[in-house]
Amino acid sequence: MWPLKISACTAATALGPGLAPLRKALLARQGGLRPCDLPGMPDGIWIGRVPGLETVTLPAALAGFACRNNRLAELALGCDGFAGAVAAARARHGADRIAVVLGTSTAGIEETEQAWQQRENGTGPLPASFDYARTHDLQALPRYLRARLGLRGPALVVSTACTSGVRAMTEAAALIAAGVADAAVAGGVDTLCRMTLHGFASLELLSRGGPTRPCAADRDGISIGEGAGLVLLEREGDGPADAPLLLGAGASSDGHHMSSPHPEGLGAVAAMRAALDSAGLAPGGIDYVNLHGTGTRANDAMEDRAVHQVFGSFVPCSSTKGWTGHTLGASGAVEAIIALLCLEEGLVPGCLNLTELDAEFRADVAMENRPAALRRVMSNSFGFGGSNCSLVLGRA
Amino acid sequence: MSLHCRIGGLGILGPGLPGWAASAPILAGATPWQGGELALPPPALLPPTERRRTSQPVRLALAAAGEAVAAEPGGTALETIFASSNGDGAILGSILDALLALDGVAISPTQFHNSVHNAPAGYWHIAIGSVAPSLSLGGHDDSFAAGLLAAATAVATRAKPVLLCAYDMPMPPPLDRVRRTETGFAAALVLRPAAGEGAALTLRYRAAPAAWPAPADALDALAAGNPAARSLPLLRALAAGRTATIRLPLLEDAHLELQVAP
Repeated sequence: MWPLKISACTAATALGPGLAPLRKALLARQGGLRPCDLPGMPDGIWIGRVPGLETVTLPAALAGFACRNNRLAELALGCDGFAGAVAAARARHGADRIAVVLGTSTAGIEETEQAWQQRENGTGPLPASFDYARTHDLQALPRYLRARLGLRGPALVVSTACTSGVRAMTEAAALIAAGVADAAVAGGVDTLCRMTLHGFASLELLSRGGPTRPCAADRDGISIGEGAGLVLLEREGDGPADAPLLLGAGASSDGHHMSSPHPEGLGAVAAMRAALDSAGLAPGGIDYVNLHGTGTRANDAMEDRAVHQVFGSFVPCSSTKGWTGHTLGASGAVEAIIALLCLEEGLVPGCLNLTELDAEFRADVAMENRPAALRRVMSNSFGFGGSNCSLVLGRA
Repeated sequence: MSLHCRIGGLGILGPGLPGWAASAPILAGATPWQGGELALPPPALLPPTERRRTSQPVRLALAAAGEAVAAEPGGTALETIFASSNGDGAILGSILDALLALDGVAISPTQFHNSVHNAPAGYWHIAIGSVAPSLSLGGHDDSFAAGLLAAATAVATRAKPVLLCAYDMPMPPPLDRVRRTETGFAAALVLRPAAGEGAALTLRYRAAPAAWPAPADALDALAAGNPAARSLPLLRALAAGRTATIRLPLLEDAHLELQVAP
C-alpha cells in the first residue's frame, strides 16, 4: 500500500498559523512556549498556545460548530494553500472519493467546560446554547472539515490519546489502499483545555517553572501545547511530482499499563520495526528520528532504549516538543509535518532547552541544529492506553 | 469499490441479551426478546488490581470482545478496533465537576488516564497480553458503521483478521439531556479475510443518504437508543443465517451498504 504522496500539508502551532513561522523557528532555534496565561490552570506551567485563535470565525453556515478545536482546524486549513489543494483534488477525483480522517483527544471539550460553569448552582442542566454534537462529540472535527471543504467521502475520527493524529494518517492511507477513497484529508487537531492540563498535573507529569526539556538530565515533564496538523494524501501517481512521500507506518500496543510506557519500550520497538518493514527499509535507511520525546522521565528513558535497540547510536534523533509543546492528539500529525520541513531544509533540529543530556542515554540525541542531507525520516508517537505508532517519510 | 470479508467469532451484551450463545435464538426470531437489566461482569481476564479500576464501559466492551475471540484461533494476537460514540460519560462528568471545585482542583489521576477514549482498548491489550495494533474511533450516532468500515478496510489491506468491538453506555446527568442513550449495549465481531471461513460480508460506501428503517419489533427499537445497537440488523441476519442487504447511515448524507450471505 506504500508509498502515498503528501500532496499538501499545513500546521498551526504555538509558533503561529502555517508552516512559515514553524520553519523559521526551527532554523532559528526559537521555541513557542510561554508561561501559561489562561485562567484557572495549574501553577507555574508553560504552554504552547496558538496566537490569535480566539478571534477565528467559522463560515456562517457552519457557525454551530464553533468551539476552540474547530476554530483551530479552520485556522489551519486557511494556511499554505491547503484548502485550495483539497479543492483541486476534489476536481480531480470527485467529492465522494475524498475521505476525511482526523485524530483528536480533546475535540471541543473546552466548550463543555464553559457550559459546565454556566450550570445553575453547579447542578442544573447545561445551557440551551450548548451544541454537544457539533462541538463536544469527537465526530464534530471530521464533520466540520468535511462540510467546510465540500467533501462527500467517508469521515472517521480516531481517538487513541497522543497517537490520534498519526493513527488517523495511517487509517486514511488504508482507505486509499483499499480503494474506498482516492485521496484523504488526514491529521490531528487538539486544543488547550482545563481537563488535560489539570489531568496531566494530577499525574505529576507537567514541567514546572519553565518550558519542557526533553532528553535533559534534569527534565521534569511536559509542556502542553495546542496544534493542528493537516495533510492531503493521494496515491503516488497523483498530486505534485515533487511532493514528499509517506513511505510506511507501523503501529503496536504495549499491553502493559494505562499511563506508563513499557520500561524497555517493547511496543515502541515493535512500531518502529513495523514501520521500517512496511517501507522496505533497514534501520540504516533512516537519516533522522523525530522522537515522541515528551520530556517526562519515563517516556524519554524508554524511547532512548527503544531507539538504541533499533538504530544503535548511529541515527541522530531529537524531540521538537520544546518548540510546540506536546500537542497531544495532534502531536503525531504536527511532528510528521515538522519531519517534512526537516527533509526540505536538510535539518536535524537539536532539542531545545537541553544543556546536559541524560547520562544514561545511548542514542545519538542532537543537542544543536545540525545540517544534514536527509532522505528519510522516522516520526514516533506514543500514547496512554499503550498506543504506539511510527511513520517513515521521505523525499520523492 | 467494495470490500469483502468473512464473519468469525461474535459477542453481544445488552438488556436481555446476555452473550451471543444465549441471545442467538432471540436474534434469529425463534425466541421473543423479553428485555431486562444489563448485567456487566467484572473482566475476569484482568488481574484483580486492574479489575477494580475498570469502569462500566470497559466492562461492557471487554465482555463482548472476550466472547467474540473465545473460539477464534489466534484470538489474542488480533489487531483490534474499538468504536464508541460516548466514551466514558461518568468519568467525564466527574472530572468536569472536579474542575469546578471551589477548594482547588483535585482530579483523580486514575480517572484521568481512564478518561482517554482508547481506555477499553488499553485494558483489552493488557488483559490478554497483546502487542497487536489497536484503533479507537468515535462517530456520534454512526460509530458502529465507522468501526465496521475501518475493520473491513484493515482486513482488506493487511489480509489478517481483525476484532471489532462497538460499545456505548448511557450518559449521566446533565449530559444525558444533550446526548440521549437509553441503555448499555456492546457488539463484537471478528472479521476475517475473504478467503477464510464464515458468513460473507460485502461492504460499499455510498455517498447518498439512508434513513434508519422504522423498527419492526421491540428488539429493533434498541438501535434508536444506542449507537452500538445499530449492529442489530447485521447481527440478526447472522443469527438467522439469512441473506440480507443493510444500509447503515454514516454521516447525514452517506451510508454503508452491507450485503450478508451465510
